[in-house]
Amino acid sequence: MSGEHNNASMEAIRLLKRTGRWQIWEFALWLVAIAAIFVLPSQMLILTEIAILALFAISLDLILGYAGIVSLGHTAFFGLGAYAAGLFAVHVSSEPIVGLLAAALVSGLFGFLTSFLVLRGSDLTRLMTTFGVAMLLAEVVNQAAWLTGGADGLSGVMLNPILGYFEFDLWGRTSYIYCLIVLVVLTYVARRIVNSPFGLSLKAIKRNQRRASMLGISPTRRIVAIYTISAAYAGIAGALLTQTTSFVSPDVLAFHRSAEVLLVLVIGGVGYLYGGVFGAVLFSILRNWLSVITPQYWMFWIGLVLIIIVLVGRERLTRWQALLPGSARNRQARMQHAVAEESK
Amino acid sequence: MLTILFDGIAYGMLLFVLACGLSVTLGLMNFVNLAHGAFAMAGGYITVIMMNRYGISFYWCLPAAFILTALIGVVLERLLYRRLYSASHLDQVLFSIGLVFMSIAAIDYFMGGQQQLINLPPELSGRFGFMGVDIGRYRLFIIVICTVLTIALQLALTRTRFGSQLRAAVDDGRVARGMGINVSVIFALTFALGSGLAGLGGALGTELLGLDPNFPLKYLIYFMIVVTVGGTSSITGPFIAALLLGIADVAGKYYVPQLGAFIIYAVMILVLILRPHGLFSREGGR
Repeated sequence: MSGEHNNASMEAIRLLKRTGRWQIWEFALWLVAIAAIFVLPSQMLILTEIAILALFAISLDLILGYAGIVSLGHTAFFGLGAYAAGLFAVHVSSEPIVGLLAAALVSGLFGFLTSFLVLRGSDLTRLMTTFGVAMLLAEVVNQAAWLTGGADGLSGVMLNPILGYFEFDLWGRTSYIYCLIVLVVLTYVARRIVNSPFGLSLKAIKRNQRRASMLGISPTRRIVAIYTISAAYAGIAGALLTQTTSFVSPDVLAFHRSAEVLLVLVIGGVGYLYGGVFGAVLFSILRNWLSVITPQYWMFWIGLVLIIIVLVGRERLTRWQALLPGSARNRQARMQHAVAEESK
Repeated sequence: MLTILFDGIAYGMLLFVLACGLSVTLGLMNFVNLAHGAFAMAGGYITVIMMNRYGISFYWCLPAAFILTALIGVVLERLLYRRLYSASHLDQVLFSIGLVFMSIAAIDYFMGGQQQLINLPPELSGRFGFMGVDIGRYRLFIIVICTVLTIALQLALTRTRFGSQLRAAVDDGRVARGMGINVSVIFALTFALGSGLAGLGGALGTELLGLDPNFPLKYLIYFMIVVTVGGTSSITGPFIAALLLGIADVAGKYYVPQLGAFIIYAVMILVLILRPHGLFSREGGR
């Protein structure tokens, strides 16, 4: 009896470990991203943008995909990070890495404080509170012109070379490499987080909060923790934007950014981290292409894409992940296939 | 002081007419419709086009805005919204944001991005003094119309057959269907009514709130505040919330302009923390 029990738990552990294993396509993805430095030297600015957007989307995926919190104001943390990095560079120190950490700290702290707002209530209350927090911050930034420059934005953000060696160049090569490194490191950390027991317990909470708490998983502390982490991630993404563009405008707190990052994540697929990366690539290509065709009205087509995605069904659209070699879904499909063959 | 109160009440009444459709779709039908402002904007633009291009009287534009927006609402409900009643909130949010984006870009394309102005009929413009209170004629007009509408709506929801069918359909759709109520038609009609009222509010608000393609996003937060703070027990909750919001907003902008919209957001978050289901929540609803 105990042997059987042992076998079952071994099997469970094995299955859990397998989902956490690095896949071939993940390496391939990062290799492509690195190769882009040499292959597309003229596209560095767009690539930087994609990397930042990807990081932002990953931060949203941490709370949406793993904890099931729908946020309409995630840009609050992005914008806060952006302003924190800008102000830090102007008033304290112009070392980029320290600025990044400072922004992460500020955003994380703010995330920690506001996380208590998303604990209670339904989806609707959460939508409203996250939305309200973002609007509140936007209003503060707009009014505190002596600190943030108000509607004109914060300019004059000058940065030292990274670690004293790598200067930001005009073509954005350093910026891209810098953002890519941050993205890779943070994706690695996020991967560790979501595949840890902590990440698994989050998934349990997302599926069924009451059942999770009956199994002895306290939702409150875990949601606070992941919300804080996610806020810090978004803050770092915002800080990267400030550092690579040397400018912050109140636009970083605008509602359309919160909507955009949701769209990015939905295009790429929710709940497996890389959705943010794929979504950011697809979204940026789509946006650049659309704004070439209809410079002023690309928003219309973005809206149309959103509606189509929802009507067709998000599940169906993101099924292409299964085609990635070695992905969990692919394996599942093959196993089902094999079972079906056997039963014939 | 009393003038501010008066202006605040007019503003609050207007917000209520704009938002009460949303309080039904969002509060009762449990559909997160962020595109509600787009219907209000449609009503506003219908008025602008009819008045400025075809020279139709303002008084005819109001019912026209109501009917046309209701028609748009019912078409969209039949074609799109209906499919998403049972979808997750995330899907509903994405869908309605998409709709908002499309409406903004479409209006921008056809009408341009500038503020739209209308000329009110002469008997509605200007102000007059009444017992020391400075009263704007147009604001008085809004208050009268909105009061009539509110009473009519309250009676329609509580006293008519349609009202009780709607309440039954919302409380438990399956049982209501079992009792022979055509839930889908009820929902479509309600949705049309809600969008029509939003359109009427947009038409009335063109003068007061301003009208440009960003209208749906600019006032989205106000509509949502009215609904979430007011709760879903009846239309009294949203009504009181709208009045409070209107008075607070006008007074806040008058006395402490540097704080801007800050107070309103802060109060909303506070209310939602203390009472996640709004000030007037009801038992047993979905």
